[in-house]
Amino acid sequence: MAEKNKLSIISMSGDFDKVIAVFTLASGAAAIGYEVNIFFTFWGLNSVKRVTGHSFIGSGFLARFFNFLLGGRKSLPLSRLNFGGLSPVLMTGMMRGKNVATLEELFDASKVLKVNFYACEMAMHVLGLTKADFIPEVKDVLGVASFLELSKGGQTLFI
Amino acid sequence: MSTHHLDITKERCPMTFVKAKLHLEQLEPGDTTEILLVAGEPLDNVPRTATEQGFQVLESVHVHDNIHKLIIKKPE
Repeated sequence: MAEKNKLSIISMSGDFDKVIAVFTLASGAAAIGYEVNIFFTFWGLNSVKRVTGHSFIGSGFLARFFNFLLGGRKSLPLSRLNFGGLSPVLMTGMMRGKNVATLEELFDASKVLKVNFYACEMAMHVLGLTKADFIPEVKDVLGVASFLELSKGGQTLFI
Repeated sequence: MSTHHLDITKERCPMTFVKAKLHLEQLEPGDTTEILLVAGEPLDNVPRTATEQGFQVLESVHVHDNIHKLIIKKPE
């Protein structure tokens, strides 16, 4: 039996536009039969937090403050011309108006198509987060060695 | 055995593939489906990936302008 194609994405950015790229590639690849793994690290972890807005989560004063500022999936800033959070709202409206899937639709499609979500152990430690702070679809907490083992034999992207 | 329908002519990448995949997954063995799609990326890749996933592309018909119809069967 032929080996399944595989795409592994390291999602480090917490920018709205880059997170859209992550879930566009992930859902598209899963739909055409790829095994897809996403390794969320640092600001990329914001996409899979259980809370989607700004909230004091995590352990330790600085970590809680940081997590409040970073927010979750529904408060991601655009990488350029964010205008205090107005641009992601406008961009979502433009995408919807042009029949292009929004971030939430791409995120939901990735979940339905069983894309594998993993969280970075080291970044979680720095930000005072535990697995309970993430959505249940986050399958596991990994380090570099485990992620490299998972991604072996496929294509890897860093976003 | 029944015939299903899906229109992805208004969808854009990657939802063309996402909707096609989820639709094909719902078919029972022996079922056929008619998928309307546009020329270009969807017409180039939906039949290819359906074949790779074990479905039979029975027919590809030009409907009008850039709209095409695929008839796909899930083998018994």
